[in-house]
Amino acid sequence: MGQLDGKVAIISGGARGQGEAEARLFAREGAAVVLGDILDEDGQRVAESIIDAGGQAAYVHLDVTSETDWSDIVDQAVAEFGRVDFLLNNAGILPVATIEQATLEHFREVVDVNLIGVFLGIRSVIPAMRESGGGCIINTSSTAGIQGYPGLGAYASSKFAVRGLTKVAAVELGADNIRVNSVHPGPVDTEMLANPNAKRNEQGDRPMRIPISRMGRADEVAKMMLFIAADATYSTGAEFIIDGGLTAASNIGR
Amino acid sequence: MGKLDGKVALISGGARGQGEAEARLFAREGAAVVLGDVLEEDGRRVAESIIDSGGQATFAKLDVSDQSNWAELIDLTVETYGRLDILINNAGIARLKMIEDSSLQEYLEVIRINQVGVWLGMRAAVKPMKEVGGGCIINTSSTAGLEGYAGLSAYVSSKFAVRGMTKSAAVEFGPYNIRVNSVHPGPIDTPMIRDPEIARRPADDFSFDGPIPRLGTSDEVARMMLFIAADASYSTGAEFVIDGGLTIGGNIGQLIE
Repeated sequence: MGQLDGKVAIISGGARGQGEAEARLFAREGAAVVLGDILDEDGQRVAESIIDAGGQAAYVHLDVTSETDWSDIVDQAVAEFGRVDFLLNNAGILPVATIEQATLEHFREVVDVNLIGVFLGIRSVIPAMRESGGGCIINTSSTAGIQGYPGLGAYASSKFAVRGLTKVAAVELGADNIRVNSVHPGPVDTEMLANPNAKRNEQGDRPMRIPISRMGRADEVAKMMLFIAADATYSTGAEFIIDGGLTAASNIGR
Repeated sequence: MGKLDGKVALISGGARGQGEAEARLFAREGAAVVLGDVLEEDGRRVAESIIDSGGQATFAKLDVSDQSNWAELIDLTVETYGRLDILINNAGIARLKMIEDSSLQEYLEVIRINQVGVWLGMRAAVKPMKEVGGGCIINTSSTAGLEGYAGLSAYVSSKFAVRGMTKSAAVEFGPYNIRVNSVHPGPIDTPMIRDPEIARRPADDFSFDGPIPRLGTSDEVARMMLFIAADASYSTGAEFVIDGGLTIGGNIGQLIE
């Protein structure tokens, strides 16, 4: 008996990192998961390994900036599994450049993937969710949707925008029984933040100077997604923070 | 196999409403629960009914504004169950009074229970939590800790304060592996909201014209508490909002029909 038996979830950026962890957990809880990504080989492998473990999964190539890719993945989810209940807008990129150095192309690329990709995802799933009688959309923003960090002008802009877009979507889609929330991870140990030279402690955690003095793990983010999808039935337009206390604590230190 | 097997939770205001729902859910998930409240008869009845259905529960009188009450309750918890892992600061009161018409005493009564009570609870819980290598404190703030409501200046003041002290506590207690988070319920169907002294309109009218147009239930709040206690292992100093979309804003209504 899983918490998501009979449900169908689309997860963008499902080939690795947080998206992969979310796909595996949702599948373990009984959902059929449809993974979209541009990393076809990795995505295929994740889907196969979920199926090998007894779950239901499909991989579909998804460039989140493409309208036709989005309509394809929704069509495929409905064709294969009959419905769409959840959308996890997880795909994102994190290139670094100061405002002074950033090119227009850099800025536009980040906004295209991290923001336009989320907009297209929300817009694409609405009819299918309406047909299922409701649904739940979870947008992966970031602590960079709450605070500014040097070198992340484009990223923070896109993540603040996702936070705002989430609230508008929540208001517009409430009548359709579709909840829309944002999740704000802080430093989570995934390939996006990979630095092979980073120091690790005995537990394998990278130390951080925040109240929970380590990086978060992708499976911790996945558990928050599961809670929002399965149990947060009276939360919409809300911001769920999972950052080890980064945004609660001042930079000024103890 | 419960999610809280072997854990011990202390819940203030556990005699009814959200506190009662939290106590029942935590007990079903395997925790031993200690309920503190000023409503002794109700509190005892909840504890007995948890025990009758196979759970572990104890009731003790707790006036959250009284520091010796807190010390006694913590001692009782550790004596009875050997440890303390989770504190839910849930007790609270609301008084409907415009600032202009409110006495200092009325203002301070709300502050004493909602604000000082949470601070005393956190202070009392740190030591036993350190002893077991960590813990989780959840402070019940409110959407009134995020936005203002007419007639609730004392309540809003206290709930903003709870939101702030949660973050200080998260920073102070981080090194002890104690997480501290706040929960912000909107309109939840409990005795508090049905109290004619607080809500001047009937509770069934209380649902607002928002994305989830109904009152929330105590069970929904309890499930959020369970998630934070059992699974939110990388969240501290965070605000968990459960309000049906009330605080999204946009009081201006729909711009498009």
